Amino acid sequence: MIAIYKRELYSFFTTPMGYVYIAMFWAASSFAFCMTTLLAGMDSSISSYFMLELLIIALMTPLLTMKSFSEERKLKTEQLLLTSPVSLPAFVGAKFLASYTMFVITFLVSCLNLPIMFAYLSENNLYQYNAAIALGSCIALLLVGAAFIALGLLISALTENQMVSAVGTLTASAVLLGASLANSYINFAPLRMVLSWISIYSRFANFNKGYFDIAALIYYASFAFVCMFVTVRIYEKRRWA
Amino acid sequence: MLKVENLVKKYGEKYAVNDVSFEIGDGEIVGFLGPNGAGKTTVMNIITGYLSYTSGSCTVDVFEILENPTEAKKLIGYLPDQPPLYPEMTVQEYLNFVFELKGCTFNRKKHIMEVCEVTKIVDMRDRLIRNLSKGYCQRVGIAQALIGNPKVIILDEPTVGLDPKQMIEVRNLIRSLGRDHTVILSTHVLSEVQAVCDRIIIMNKGRIAADERTERLTELMSGTRRLQVKIAGNKKAILDSISALDCVSYVEAGKDMNSADGITFKIESKNGADIRKEIFELCAKNNTPIMGMETVTSSLEDVFLNLTKEIARKKGKNR
Repeated sequence: MIAIYKRELYSFFTTPMGYVYIAMFWAASSFAFCMTTLLAGMDSSISSYFMLELLIIALMTPLLTMKSFSEERKLKTEQLLLTSPVSLPAFVGAKFLASYTMFVITFLVSCLNLPIMFAYLSENNLYQYNAAIALGSCIALLLVGAAFIALGLLISALTENQMVSAVGTLTASAVLLGASLANSYINFAPLRMVLSWISIYSRFANFNKGYFDIAALIYYASFAFVCMFVTVRIYEKRRWA
Repeated sequence: MLKVENLVKKYGEKYAVNDVSFEIGDGEIVGFLGPNGAGKTTVMNIITGYLSYTSGSCTVDVFEILENPTEAKKLIGYLPDQPPLYPEMTVQEYLNFVFELKGCTFNRKKHIMEVCEVTKIVDMRDRLIRNLSKGYCQRVGIAQALIGNPKVIILDEPTVGLDPKQMIEVRNLIRSLGRDHTVILSTHVLSEVQAVCDRIIIMNKGRIAADERTERLTELMSGTRRLQVKIAGNKKAILDSISALDCVSYVEAGKDMNSADGITFKIESKNGADIRKEIFELCAKNNTPIMGMETVTSSLEDVFLNLTKEIARKKGKNR
């Protein structure tokens, strides 16, 4: 399992994918940071920064996951991994951990903006930002990232075409993210409830308001788990097909 | 070492592998022979645990592949029909990865060096796999299968795409592997099996058509020599006079009737004797001119057909 994890991480840096991901992530989140806090004047708000960060994560994740399984299938290297003494859950787990490591490191580095800003602001006391909201949102985003990555891996396992995998992941993420946005057009309460229940966005809004929503964290984590479980089942089923 | 019993693999209603059983001992080199779509690769994929089977059993040493997959897979080195290589890695990195993947515990550097020496890729270790030629890719694929010193080595068409010199090298390599490994290889090149294998399993339409020692197959091939002769004259008279010869075991006339070019006869001699002279003398005596004559060597198809015919005959006798 460690071997697959190491190779997967290594492959991010022997192909342009890892560099592109890191560069785009940092550029987008720095831009969002400036626009929502430093340059926003009276409207500046740490919450809207994290809302944008959520979008950035959703948009960037396919870069990490699009080739995870589809490339292995296309190159037939999958046969090597599946005939080696490694169990299927370990195989899927290693793939997940590699993408997740990339995400966590990139995300945490992009968060370095925050302590610097807080240190600077406490001296000059220009605006009042809430550090607790920032911390809570960071923790939530770490789990949101896990959910999106697991979803991306699941879709990548379904196809051997990287582009299909990337577009599929984007679409699925958009649906999950914005399910509750359709609510204002729906005049049927039970459906509205279901949509806000599955929506990653509406759950994340709680963190934005400063409410540390443990149910949401559990939702994100279990969503990631279910996606990985289904991925394992897909591989299992393919063997029996 | 390897025991396959009543293996069946069904895709929907279609049988990919149908009731296949065989047993392979330690240090044996076995060749899987058969036309495309005969089920060779499917059987190999099942043995290596890449596919599961519908019914039957497949045991490597003492481990059943579906019940103890991890233990069984540790004993197997597999080269699939397309070598599973990562183009963005160097050969050395790739072999390191396979070494870790298989969870080997012995000295890594030394072992990988040994494998590289055996497969003659020592000079290629720092090259990117993307830049290797097809032949070297195939060798890296074989090296990958050798890592961890597995007891059973399974090679799916190991010489496809190699040039004749490389083919000979790979064959020599396989033969040397047979000294302390059990080797299974699949191919549709007959001479390859003859050169390398102790035993040959011929598959057709998902079933085993023949399972013979190589010597026996060679015997079957050289046992008959076939002549294709064009003779002008009366078909029935010629047929009768040729079959009356002592040295002829089988004769068959072509469909073309009394054409000016002659009628084609296929003649097989007894014990592989050369009967061109006898045929010539016979025709000269009967005043039926020979318009053309050629020796036909047995091709894989002939051997294959002979073997399957023989099996059908045996079955008929048993009934």
